Amino acid sequence: MELLSGADLLIRSLEEEGVEQIFGYPGGSVLHIYDALFRHKTIEHFLVRHEQAAAHMADGYARVTGKVGVVLATSGPGATNTITGIATAYMDSIPMVILSGQVPGHLIGEDAFQETDMLGVSRPIVKHSFAVRCADQIPEIIKKAFYIANTGRKGPVLIDLPKNVTNPADLFEYKKPGKVSMRSYNPVSRGHSGQIKKAVEAILKAKRPIIYSGGGVVQGNSSDLLNQLVKKLGCPITSTLMGLGSYPCDDEQFVGMLGMHGTYEANMTMHHSDLILAIGARFDDRVTNNTEKFCPDATIIHIDIDPTSISKTIVADIPIVGAVDQVLGDMVSQLNLLKESVDSEALSAWWERINEWRAKDCLKYDPAGSSKMKPQQVVEMLSKVTNGDAIVTTDVGQHQMFAAQYYKFKRSRQFITSGGLGTMGFGLPSAMGVQVACPGETVVCVTGEGSIQMNIQELSTCLQYRLPVKIININNQALGMVKQWQDMQYDKRHSHSYMESLPDFVKLVEAYGHVGMRVDHFSDLEAAMEECFALKDRLVFMDIYVDPNEHVYPMSIAGGAMNDMILSKTERT
Amino acid sequence: MRRIISILMENEPGALSRIVGLFSQRGYNIDTLTVAPTDDETLSRLTLTTRGDERKIEQITKQLNKLIEVAKLVDLSEGAHIERELLLIKLKATGAQRAEIKRTVDIFRGQIIDVTPSLYTVQLVGDSSKLDAFVDSVGEGAVLEVVRSGVSGIGRGDKVLAL
Repeated sequence: MELLSGADLLIRSLEEEGVEQIFGYPGGSVLHIYDALFRHKTIEHFLVRHEQAAAHMADGYARVTGKVGVVLATSGPGATNTITGIATAYMDSIPMVILSGQVPGHLIGEDAFQETDMLGVSRPIVKHSFAVRCADQIPEIIKKAFYIANTGRKGPVLIDLPKNVTNPADLFEYKKPGKVSMRSYNPVSRGHSGQIKKAVEAILKAKRPIIYSGGGVVQGNSSDLLNQLVKKLGCPITSTLMGLGSYPCDDEQFVGMLGMHGTYEANMTMHHSDLILAIGARFDDRVTNNTEKFCPDATIIHIDIDPTSISKTIVADIPIVGAVDQVLGDMVSQLNLLKESVDSEALSAWWERINEWRAKDCLKYDPAGSSKMKPQQVVEMLSKVTNGDAIVTTDVGQHQMFAAQYYKFKRSRQFITSGGLGTMGFGLPSAMGVQVACPGETVVCVTGEGSIQMNIQELSTCLQYRLPVKIININNQALGMVKQWQDMQYDKRHSHSYMESLPDFVKLVEAYGHVGMRVDHFSDLEAAMEECFALKDRLVFMDIYVDPNEHVYPMSIAGGAMNDMILSKTERT
Repeated sequence: MRRIISILMENEPGALSRIVGLFSQRGYNIDTLTVAPTDDETLSRLTLTTRGDERKIEQITKQLNKLIEVAKLVDLSEGAHIERELLLIKLKATGAQRAEIKRTVDIFRGQIIDVTPSLYTVQLVGDSSKLDAFVDSVGEGAVLEVVRSGVSGIGRGDKVLAL
């Protein structure tokens, strides 16, 4: 019989789940756990400088691997610091397990030192949570937590661990838990075959179809099936921010990202389509604009693993609840069996219209319009120098949209960004988590001088673990997206969108023990980037000064339909 | 439209707060809420009434179903059902009013369950509209205190909500 303390049971259970790396920060309530971690030596722990970064690291790790990211934080402030990271993961359906320390059971509810009702605080932003009351529950709770986090629509699961349950003096028998079976949780996998048949029939009848693909394709590892389907149907495909990479950006059938800052051709194709096949996407407000005016002629087929996503904002004509991989698999095999095929005449007429929209070349910009470098040039150069192969994380703002528009992604899990919550401060720590998971890969954090300062302390963590992340700081000396809105809607009253007294980032980065570079002129950019990426083993921070007045276009007109867009400072649809 | 949603859920700490939290988080209304363990002590039965159009109710039931601790759920108002609510009410009962209140209680088939020289405490069971009608008919002036249990409900006929 194997007798273990609660803390040892916890580490033992994590080992059983195949956990190799966790991200955290110690403190009073989790010291027993940290001691067990030290003694077991089986799990590598990454010590961050702020718990928010631990959550984002675990998130980046999970996004790039598809495995569950694990966070360990102490009670009270340690746990509450992870909140933004948990909410980020929740909004983007990222599998994560958060182990949060808690004051000993007998003190709970007494406003003890470093006590917070973490279950209560986190409740709206977790898929589920558990409170451990006795150490012998730990193996089963861990097993269930991992199962819940990484099945169905994925998401973060929190486990609250009062200090007394990890007490090294209390020993319990370790019993390996069996397969998880929960009467109240049975995630669907297969889609309804009748619905799939109906969908296939509708697709074959369509004259102006489009595939609208989202993060569910990434989560469901369905990129290959998606590619097969798109090739089989010969129709246009657009992607949400979260879905970028599932279909190669440089392919002819890809019309670009859709939505608020989507391409002209993607939004026009959506608006004028007669059939939308939505795959693992949730008709989010940044995509649909005004739901009343959304794609008036389109029959909507909606594939999603989460029934609540279906008909939430846009009513689906043919809803299919199921795992994207299963449903796409069934769809492709049904299509292969059928004699009928797509209406190729209608389709080529459709492509003619799409190519007219495409000819507008909506992502063109004027590089000579200012003496300053354009932010778009930076991302285009990055795409060129890295050959479109880097794993790119971003923060939030203009640089995020430029990264989405101008980097040529080739594969799933290559673009890591906070889409739902829009968390500034996500870029660097998520890049670190990605680098931990993929030590051999080139990992780039595209950021801005606003966002990077929200978690810049993690440069210290990067030194400790030798994480050679490349930071591309698109420095426009302002909170660019805020400023853009103020330019457009507030008569250029730039209320608190300037970053005055910016640090000398090169010196700052050097003080943290890394390499810093500053680039002011486009003529120096390529050589500087080559130099940056040649430094394989070092973190390099490129502080790139760009035109402070550039806007992100196209931009949808608030309250309009998908075909209502601002195309430049002077042009509208 | 008013709906009665009946839920079987794991009888675990935190489960109720998740359900109630969902309503405030997503801006749904709860008009009444009752909850108690069932014959199977690992399960609780929760009944709530809410309002909304077809689409909102569909979202509410889907969101509730998504909660890990919700085992089974039925919108009772979709089919034939029985709903009951318990009312305990303290009424001023002096002078001529005393006899009038007694008569009203009898008409509504309520019971007087506590008596003092100046008041009656009345118990009444029925659907919510019957309780409303009773409170209206005794008149605002007579009412001292109202306690309503919230709606409980069960499907008619063969329909059973069980695991």
